[in-house]
Amino acid sequence: MQGDQGDRSRLVVELIIPRLKNTLFLTGVSALVAIPLALLLGISAALYRNSVYDRSATGFSLVTVSSPEFFTGYIFILLLATLFPVFPTIANVNEDTSLIDRFYLTALPVFTLTLVTMGHMMRMTRSAIINILSSEYIEMAKLSGATRYEVIVKHALPNAWAPIAQVITINLAYMLIGSVVVEFVFNYQGIGRLMVGSVYNRDIPVVQACALIFASTYVILNLLADLIGIISNPRLLYPK
Amino acid sequence: MTSNNKKELLLEMKNIHIDGFSDERWHKILKGVDLNLYRGEILGLIGESGAGKSTMGKAAMGYTQPGCKIIKGEIIFNGTDLAKLTEFEKRKIWGTKISYVAQSAAASFNPAHRLMDQTISAANRAKISPTDVLRRDAVQLYESLQLPDAENIGERYPHQVSGGQLQRIMTAMAMSPRPELIIFDEPTTALDVTTQVEVLSAMRSIVDKFNTAAIYITHDLAVVAQMADRIKVLRYGEEVEESETREMLSNPKEEYTKSLWSVRSLIKPEETNDDYMLSIKNIDAAYGSSKVLHDVSVNIPRGKTVAIVGESGSGKSTTARVITGLLPQTKGEIIFDGKKLSPKLEQRSKEELRRIQIIFQMPDTAMNPKQTVDEIIGRPIEFYHGVKGKERETKVIELLKMIELDETFLDRLPSELSGGQKQRICIARALAANPDLIICDEVTSALDQIVQEGILKLLQKLQKNLGVTYIFITHDIATVKAISDEIVVMYQGKVIEQGLKSKILNPPHPDYTELLLSSVPEMDPDWLTNLLNKRSN
Repeated sequence: MQGDQGDRSRLVVELIIPRLKNTLFLTGVSALVAIPLALLLGISAALYRNSVYDRSATGFSLVTVSSPEFFTGYIFILLLATLFPVFPTIANVNEDTSLIDRFYLTALPVFTLTLVTMGHMMRMTRSAIINILSSEYIEMAKLSGATRYEVIVKHALPNAWAPIAQVITINLAYMLIGSVVVEFVFNYQGIGRLMVGSVYNRDIPVVQACALIFASTYVILNLLADLIGIISNPRLLYPK
Repeated sequence: MTSNNKKELLLEMKNIHIDGFSDERWHKILKGVDLNLYRGEILGLIGESGAGKSTMGKAAMGYTQPGCKIIKGEIIFNGTDLAKLTEFEKRKIWGTKISYVAQSAAASFNPAHRLMDQTISAANRAKISPTDVLRRDAVQLYESLQLPDAENIGERYPHQVSGGQLQRIMTAMAMSPRPELIIFDEPTTALDVTTQVEVLSAMRSIVDKFNTAAIYITHDLAVVAQMADRIKVLRYGEEVEESETREMLSNPKEEYTKSLWSVRSLIKPEETNDDYMLSIKNIDAAYGSSKVLHDVSVNIPRGKTVAIVGESGSGKSTTARVITGLLPQTKGEIIFDGKKLSPKLEQRSKEELRRIQIIFQMPDTAMNPKQTVDEIIGRPIEFYHGVKGKERETKVIELLKMIELDETFLDRLPSELSGGQKQRICIARALAANPDLIICDEVTSALDQIVQEGILKLLQKLQKNLGVTYIFITHDIATVKAISDEIVVMYQGKVIEQGLKSKILNPPHPDYTELLLSSVPEMDPDWLTNLLNKRSN
């Protein structure tokens, strides 16, 4: 008996590429929603700190960070797919799905990923800015007549980019890798599902490839955060 | 200094009461202080830390720090009561009509923006003139403040210029919108004496040039004498006295004001001998690749006090680190009591470690905030002498008595002590090891004048009773005069000269010593003018 093993390397790439595209789409859309929203909420919470708005925003974010994504996902399914059927329960996309349909189908997974990561980013943005607000140059800015908005956006924010970039990239990586759970909940054809499926099938080359992709994501995003930290800090950018 | 011919009132503060919140309760910071300031006049506000002078200065803008509030009083600036204005209305005055120059320029500039953008930001916000006009004006201000490369210095970031330059740029920033009043809050306290002279003369000439009124806050009387037309003395949030500068210097009325003067009267007869407790020979030392000490040789006579003076960056503290073994030298040797010390701390014996102790500049950070006085002083007794229990306690109390405190302090935490008491505890901790040599690294710099005097007297008494040798590192020449037998002058990591106090302090001097000594402000309102005339000739 003799069998044809086939060209395995081509098979792995062919399996992974479309799935990776799907995952990147999901993560990208979630990031586009979550990051601006988190920055906006974080900055405004710092601007009106200790107000009712600030307290409810930080309180709510604590709840969303603490709830696991499968739970948040099911809550969304319950609310927006079963009780009020606005979006589909299953995010079933394939290569022929149009872009608009993709947005529609992935709405609930995107909401879930956004909610799970946004709280962390928002809280870090807020605390990074508030940390800087006690510096002497902030008092100096106030005494030169800067408005509250200017103090936060022009004087505090540029000095807070490094920690903010750090937490954003960590969350980006988390979205990409954490999508394993979300993809399962919504039956989305992403790389996370592929990896789990391959583990069941003992398809070691595919598992290895997925692990490699996940690992390099972390490395690249962390490198990016460090670069942003350097670029945003004149003390590191310009010599004495 | 300008004369007040027109005597038009610019700022009138009446019966100012300000409370501050700390340690879970409200404290009174200012208890009904009045202040009048005329156009073009400079008022000096002096007092020790905690006197409320900074709070008063900020209150002149209608501003209080977070955690403080104005209880009552009027702040009438140009006819409007600032205490009654909203934040929004006050912001229109801040930075344009009244500007503020802070103590630490290095911390007060935003590290993320170029200096030029920060210099013109207030004037730009108020749209006083188009940006390019403001930029050109700022360059002119830089020029008149004698900043190097005035054309381009604004394109740099704060970390790229020196402390003295930053302080002058901040003055330019304050002057840029041509305010009617500038508040100078200890602007030269963080600077070396040699830099202080340049900054003072630059600030004085520019304030004169635009006839701006100013409030000059400082704890240094000699400095304020150069700047102010009138001086007001504050203590515990109340006014002690106020009069014209010359009147105040020649004829202070209140006892407290006189005591501010007397500090510098402490003197000590000099003595020396050839029996060296410590000699360091041809030491080189480096932090990483940057070499900071070049061929430093110093001899410390037994039982005497050697003061090492110099500006920041001159290598004084590095020398101390090399002696203690914290920073091993790259070349040269240290002879301690006739024996060679190994460069590395780990290779020195416990006995060698015991015999050399160090006292640091900031008593706040030199003690573990979670340990009681008993633990702080008791540890070296246990560690070096192996004494425990009852005997240890008697020893701690004995040490407390030596530093003029008593056993009621045993259970206190550092946070429950005043600045002077903290430094005394640090001295006791050093004494607990029963050392032969104590290195005092700027031990009085963080303290008020009167507290300084107490600490210096204590150190002298201890030397007399115990015969301990001191290396006294400082940048303050008055302290040097008060305590030293010999002086070592350092500059840029090199020893300029070493000798008896009388020899170093009296001419002829090498150039650098001359510059250093002549830069120490004197209690004479004409000192700065005379000095500048002399230097320009």
